[in-house]
Amino acid sequence: MTKQVRQLDRVIIRFAGDSGDGMQLTGDRFTQETASFGNDLSTLPNFPAEIRAPAGTLPGVSSFQVHFADHDILTPGDAPDVLVAMNPAALRANIGDLPKAATIIVDTHDFTNRNLTRAGYLENPLEDDSLDAFTVHEVDLTSMTVEAVKEFGLSRKDAARAKNMFALGMLSWLYGRPIDPTIKFLERRFAKAPDIRDANLTAFKAGWNFGETTETFAVSYEVKPAPMEPGTYRNITGNLALAYGLIAASQRSGLPLFLGSYPITPASDILHELSKHKRFGVTTFQAEDEIAGVGAALGAAFGGALGVTTSSGPGIALKAETIGLGVMMELPLIVCDIQRGGPSTGLPTKTEQADLLQAMFGRNSESPLPIVAPCSPSDCFDAAIEAARIAVTYRTPVMLLSDGYLANGSEPWHLPEVDALPVIEPGFATETNHETADGKQEYWPYKRDDETLARPWALPGTAGLEHRIGGIEKADGTGNISYDPNNHDLMVRTRQAKVDRVADSLPPTEVDDPDGDARVLVLGWGSTYGPIGAAVRQVRGAGGSVAQAHIRHLNPFPKDLGDVLGRYERVLVPEMNLGQLSMLLRAKYLVDVVGYNAVRGLPFVSTELAEAIADLVSSLDPTLDTAPSTTEEVRR
Amino acid sequence: MTTTDLPFPGLSGVPTTDEPQNRKDFSSDQEVRWCPGCGDYAVLAAVQGFLPDLGLRRENIVFVSGIGCSSRFPYYLDTFGMHSIHGRAPAIATGLATTRSDLSVWVVTGDGDALSIGGNHLIHALRRNVNMTILLFNNRIYGLTKGQYSPTSETGKVTKSTPVGSVDTPFNPVSLALGAEATFVARTLDSDRKHLTEVLRASAAHRGTSLVEIYQNCPIFNDGAFDSFKDKDTRDDAIIPLRHGEPIRFGAEGQYGVVREHTSGAFFAVEVADVDESELHVHDAHAIDASAAFGLSRLTDAGHLHRAPIGIFRDVDRPTYDDQARQQVATARETSGAGDLAALIAGGDAWTVN
Repeated sequence: MTKQVRQLDRVIIRFAGDSGDGMQLTGDRFTQETASFGNDLSTLPNFPAEIRAPAGTLPGVSSFQVHFADHDILTPGDAPDVLVAMNPAALRANIGDLPKAATIIVDTHDFTNRNLTRAGYLENPLEDDSLDAFTVHEVDLTSMTVEAVKEFGLSRKDAARAKNMFALGMLSWLYGRPIDPTIKFLERRFAKAPDIRDANLTAFKAGWNFGETTETFAVSYEVKPAPMEPGTYRNITGNLALAYGLIAASQRSGLPLFLGSYPITPASDILHELSKHKRFGVTTFQAEDEIAGVGAALGAAFGGALGVTTSSGPGIALKAETIGLGVMMELPLIVCDIQRGGPSTGLPTKTEQADLLQAMFGRNSESPLPIVAPCSPSDCFDAAIEAARIAVTYRTPVMLLSDGYLANGSEPWHLPEVDALPVIEPGFATETNHETADGKQEYWPYKRDDETLARPWALPGTAGLEHRIGGIEKADGTGNISYDPNNHDLMVRTRQAKVDRVADSLPPTEVDDPDGDARVLVLGWGSTYGPIGAAVRQVRGAGGSVAQAHIRHLNPFPKDLGDVLGRYERVLVPEMNLGQLSMLLRAKYLVDVVGYNAVRGLPFVSTELAEAIADLVSSLDPTLDTAPSTTEEVRR
Repeated sequence: MTTTDLPFPGLSGVPTTDEPQNRKDFSSDQEVRWCPGCGDYAVLAAVQGFLPDLGLRRENIVFVSGIGCSSRFPYYLDTFGMHSIHGRAPAIATGLATTRSDLSVWVVTGDGDALSIGGNHLIHALRRNVNMTILLFNNRIYGLTKGQYSPTSETGKVTKSTPVGSVDTPFNPVSLALGAEATFVARTLDSDRKHLTEVLRASAAHRGTSLVEIYQNCPIFNDGAFDSFKDKDTRDDAIIPLRHGEPIRFGAEGQYGVVREHTSGAFFAVEVADVDESELHVHDAHAIDASAAFGLSRLTDAGHLHRAPIGIFRDVDRPTYDDQARQQVATARETSGAGDLAALIAGGDAWTVN
């Protein structure tokens, strides 16, 4: 039987199951297949903080959403077109996100009275009319998997564990994904356990074959590759890109990379990744606590390493005093904050961008430091290099603000030419820099560069440049302890001026205003770039005129930012916090920006944001109806 | 490590100089600002006098300190130095020592700095065995904050913050260090220049973390805390000297000794006349098992100090954290070659668009 193939321009699939069902792996493999096929894509893993919450319960549901298309896309999508639910809890936890007419593929195996009750169902949803609005495919994935792999003599439990690969095979058939990458992956991954390898391969292929032969699926779908610029691509998550960016910064500066870190979600993967790359001269130190992690990094920086610490909000709070010491000693230090929901322990596995003010002000006294925020998973690579450039050039701690969405989300990355990456010059001090009245040559650790106001960086081991630094206020120039009031006033202002000077090295703000007549500017920062971009496209698609800008440098701001804000009648600032950038903009530029704020632990729903933008646009011109006509992400 | 044949295996890898050095070379131009009579002066003089013996290039020596009176130490030495923040010096020094095998790294800390706010970093530095020497100035009081009790103050200590006496049990820093798997633990006295220098020499020779507890008098807030060890009428009965390979005896006439009870393993001071001399415990600082060293550390008075063992409790070899961390990097480079950035970022699943 030849099945019909239907063309689609984009699809959003969500895989959902128990946290032990391997949904993250399934999603990741589907993503890799999709990436190698050449679609543009964006992903959103969403998993509980508990490693294995009780099986079959709502808190234990783990999901992975992938959005892929034949054109460029910006978000993992607001609502799934397809839900793959491996048990009743996965169905119940996700059904509310599905639009009408969505497709549900459900493993019927676990729809027993016990599991239905555990998930909170009074009636079996497969047997009543509650799913009538959807297209439901009921498949006993578990039984078919167990049957398919019985030749390998695994226990029933082990055999059933391969059901995620059956599901992957089935979805791969349904959407015409190439299967070779997954076959190779499974062969690699389970090379040392032939039974498990063969069971997974068999389940994967059985899933594919089932899709092809069953009458459950009358059609399969095709999403053509997206046109992309010529070049080499790979799929990458933010944490991986950030780790690679740090290695690149080490290579391009000649400074050995030292990471001092304490495990914390969602930052730990950076520690894991960097610990694999010792051949790049990378040293990773799993410290006894957050404070020791940043302390060791600062100690390594004193010795001439590229000192880095990685953490999330709660850890950054613990590191604050040491970061302040770095500000005082004026040593390069990169502090990566992979933000998560807070305060306190908050939502460890969910995203948020509410540490901006902590990054700005979360230390005692006047303690300024530059802040850089990447806007997409692959941008974490460039942002890490930029943070290193600023840290080394200006001899200062720099805060790099990623978040859980960027950390775990992925997208295709157009690989850069490594030779074209910026070169970072450490410019170590090698000789004395001051002559006393009686002709003696001295080294002054706080004599500054006229242009950058950076102090010299003299490494231990450099003869004649022995000096002492520390947390007590320094005399300008000599760096000796000073309690002189005027000197303190001067040093406080100088440290601020030095950070402000970073703005001299920043490019002007890029404003996307295709019509040139927009009266509303949408200004964002960090990981909201994708959802804001998608929302702006929706508004423009409906005839609205709106400008978009996204800032990567949160401190100091680009020099032209005040002018940019002044060019628009209204400025909308969407943030996954209660208005932290808004507060900074209002304070600095006296501009009455409008906030759009949602702190749900998830990226913005772009259609909701589009409505907010459209409302603001039409409020300036009530004759215009710019309400978005679609709830889908629209093309540029 | 095959460095034990060197006079200072702990300093192997640190560049030396043939230039003669003296204590003035190690004195910075900064005015020393401790209170008159402070024990810190004696320790500073001993360190400045001892450093030339190492024959190291001055620029390859780094002193890192935390916060407290003693932590001003680095300012007065003309080496590289960092006066950091409260309690964190061992963590900072760990990063420095791990990335720079060519530096001689010293930490200067106090009882509050190392045992209260920085207790976590101290114990983890010790268990990791990072190659550095930690000088713990123990004056059993908070000096810089003007006289609150410290984690080594005796129970019942009346201070500004404990007007009717403290109720917490103090740490014994030597016991703590031994419990934290320290490979080198010693105790010495600020006023005994000769012994202090001897211990400094042994701590520098040791490769790994050396913890040296220095009983140090604070003349302002805890004057006389160690008088038993300094007064010539009492010191012979107060100091239990630990000398490797020798039976432990003390007292003006050598009339006291230390024996170990076989059933409990605990140590007791006895009159030698009451026991067979062969029963006196022979100190073995190099014993792999730390039980005896720990037992000896328990002979320290917990309350007001009238008696304590002084000397090197433990000095054993164990691979250091920093040597091994560097070796992992070196091995990775030897076996797989230096990394190729372009290959790294491309990974295994890249595709090309023409």
